[in-house]
Amino acid sequence: MSISFPEQGWFKAPSAGERLWIGLAIAWCIVLTLAMPYWHFKGKQNSTGEAYRVTPAEFYQRAQKFIEAYKVGEDRYTAIVQPPPGTDVYLTARMWRWDPVLKLKKDQTYRLHVGSMDLNHGFSLQPVNMNFQVVPGYDHVLTLTPTRAGEYSIVCNEFCGVGHHTMAGKIIVEE
Amino acid sequence: MATTANGLAVLEGQVSDEEKPGFKTGNHAGQVRTCDTTGLPVCLTAQRFIRLNAVAAVVFLLVGGVAALLLALTRWPTVHLLPADWYYRVLTAHGLNMLILWIIFMEIAILYFAGTTLLNSRLASKGTAWVAFGLMVAGALAINGAVWSGKADVMMTSYVPLQAHWSFYLGIILFAVGALIAVINFLATLYIAKRDKTYAGSVPLVVFGATAAAIIAVVTLLHGAVVMIPTFLWSLGLTEAPDAAWYRLVWWGLGHQSQQINVCAMVSVWYLLGTLTVGAKPLNQAVCRGAFVLYILFINLASAHHLLVDPGVGAGWKIWNTSYAMYLAVLASMIHGFTVPASVEVAMRKKGHDKGLFGWLFAAPWKNPGFSAFFLSLVIFGFLGGITGVTLGTQQINIIAHNTLRIPGHFHTTVVGGTSLAFMGLAYYVVPLIFQKEYPAKALARLQPFVFAGGITLMAIAMSFAGSYGVPRRHWDINFTGAQFAAGFDSTAHLMMGLVGIGGTIAFTGLLIFLLLTVAAVFFGRSNAGKKMEAW
Ligand code: HEM
Ligand SMILES: [Cu+2]
Ligand SMILES: [Cu+2]
Repeated sequence: MSISFPEQGWFKAPSAGERLWIGLAIAWCIVLTLAMPYWHFKGKQNSTGEAYRVTPAEFYQRAQKFIEAYKVGEDRYTAIVQPPPGTDVYLTARMWRWDPVLKLKKDQTYRLHVGSMDLNHGFSLQPVNMNFQVVPGYDHVLTLTPTRAGEYSIVCNEFCGVGHHTMAGKIIVEE
Repeated sequence: MATTANGLAVLEGQVSDEEKPGFKTGNHAGQVRTCDTTGLPVCLTAQRFIRLNAVAAVVFLLVGGVAALLLALTRWPTVHLLPADWYYRVLTAHGLNMLILWIIFMEIAILYFAGTTLLNSRLASKGTAWVAFGLMVAGALAINGAVWSGKADVMMTSYVPLQAHWSFYLGIILFAVGALIAVINFLATLYIAKRDKTYAGSVPLVVFGATAAAIIAVVTLLHGAVVMIPTFLWSLGLTEAPDAAWYRLVWWGLGHQSQQINVCAMVSVWYLLGTLTVGAKPLNQAVCRGAFVLYILFINLASAHHLLVDPGVGAGWKIWNTSYAMYLAVLASMIHGFTVPASVEVAMRKKGHDKGLFGWLFAAPWKNPGFSAFFLSLVIFGFLGGITGVTLGTQQINIIAHNTLRIPGHFHTTVVGGTSLAFMGLAYYVVPLIFQKEYPAKALARLQPFVFAGGITLMAIAMSFAGSYGVPRRHWDINFTGAQFAAGFDSTAHLMMGLVGIGGTIAFTGLLIFLLLTVAAVFFGRSNAGKKMEAW
């Protein structure tokens, strides 16, 4: 019984059935353990966690400079910015907006810097459904290559105050 | 050299009565009764605190349960009950009342039971138990006061620099200190039982599992202190805000490990209920105990899976911590997932239910809510919880799951369909045996685990599907009305959210039946003192 004292000599080797199960479980764990690095090197989508410490004020300045340099228009009081392929791209999160609207080219690679001006936010790209944490004090760098043209929304999926559910931004990918 | 009662030396290789595993003379000094059903010794001090903690647990389950219904009805798109600010407030209250207060009060009750009754000992210290209980209740009231008055709309995770009123953090600290003191009282009970030789042999498996839970609890609560004390000082304006990424790292050292306390406690309850309901016996004690040791050793590292898409922690760290370390803890669950049902099978076959591969399972006492809650908990946790957990803990899959409803979909199959359901099953024995009161309306009680398990399973699966369409958790309006740019989800996602509402309502019904019957039993139930408890 599990509530009574085991007989002396309870410390014994597992029986055949148990050995089989534990063996299978260990084998499975080893497969999955090896799969982790395998997927990382073979897979096309990874979260490497590349990040740099930065104060919100400093990040804001970099983002402002970026917007001024490549601004091509405006949509709902938000700058539309079209950076040259292969460059550094900035996106700021604050309660409760994403800034600016980004216009990217299909099949080109960008280094997207996401930073927060205030609280934690969640970068959630829809409808492709890719999600990254945005933490204040950190410049989170995502190296990304859009593979399909269209309009994408960025919704916030980390609670950031009572207006959290109104926080949505936009990325446009052109052919 | 051991001697027998009449002074003769014991022959070599022979075991004296004194050394034979089992109960010896207790240390209760009269403060004890013998259980009329099981014949086990019940320390009266421990009994009082088991009752107090269980009652507190059920009170907070009620608060969390009402919040659960409101949340389910808000996320059901056609109902969308609460306004936004109340949705976030109630969500904060739900997480804290359920995951922290209901579960931990119940676990303290389990520790007090395992340390005393199963070891034939008294509780180490009555005064300490009062202090622990007082601190926990004070903390719980402070937390609820801050949340319901709108001073702490920060979610249970309270990620800095989102700030709550200082009384919120103080409440958490008080509660955690109280819980830590209770755990130490349990460990002290283990010590005095050993010192007073109230038993001989190795402790029973349930006590071993409870001890594993207690050890993890100490480590967890220390993480809690490291993260909560600076946050508390900051909320008073005394210090700068802690670093946001550091907070997430250490908070999950608390948040994830506390889930392992829950798993250890739940598995111990599975073994306990297996014994109480069908007389199940662990097949191999060494295997079962080894699996508990794996939990203690490897679980801390697995906290990494909460930070898989975070900045500031590198790819190497993520891969390392989600591979070997996580799987060694998973291995432990795989082992229990085999040994627990196997022990039930063996017990049932011994009783003559030997037909076919699954005859033993059909013949099991499904009318006994202690058994059905235990076995449904095992199935929900093992299949749904285990599979979703291992999947979400993969670095790449986490990218498509982080902060979506897939996450609550996962943990409502572990900590709700698993742990909470197992604890409800336990209540069907705690009330008759420790409160010495019979449950009324037994037919309803027999149904309860099925209603709760069915509702939670439906809700959790619907959440997981909605999440895989990208629907965020902790989100009041998936149509983004009034947002600067259009966003939203397709009709399948909305359908799934409807099912979240329906499943949640069914689960709440199951929860309500449990609460009403338990309260009715404790306060108005027929006493069974002096008699065996009625068979379920
Ligand atoms: C009748 C039973 C229950 C129902 C219907 C229910 C329903 C829900 C719903 C709808 C949410 C909100 C998800 C969201 O919008 O993000 C939620 C969140 C949550 N639930 Fe439950 N729940 C139940 C029981 C429990 C229990 C027993 C526990 C713990 C032991 C629990 C722990 C949690 C936690 C930790 C959260 C997340 C809170 C947060 O995001 O901060 N739930 N639940
Ligand atoms: Cu946000
Ligand atoms: Cu947000």
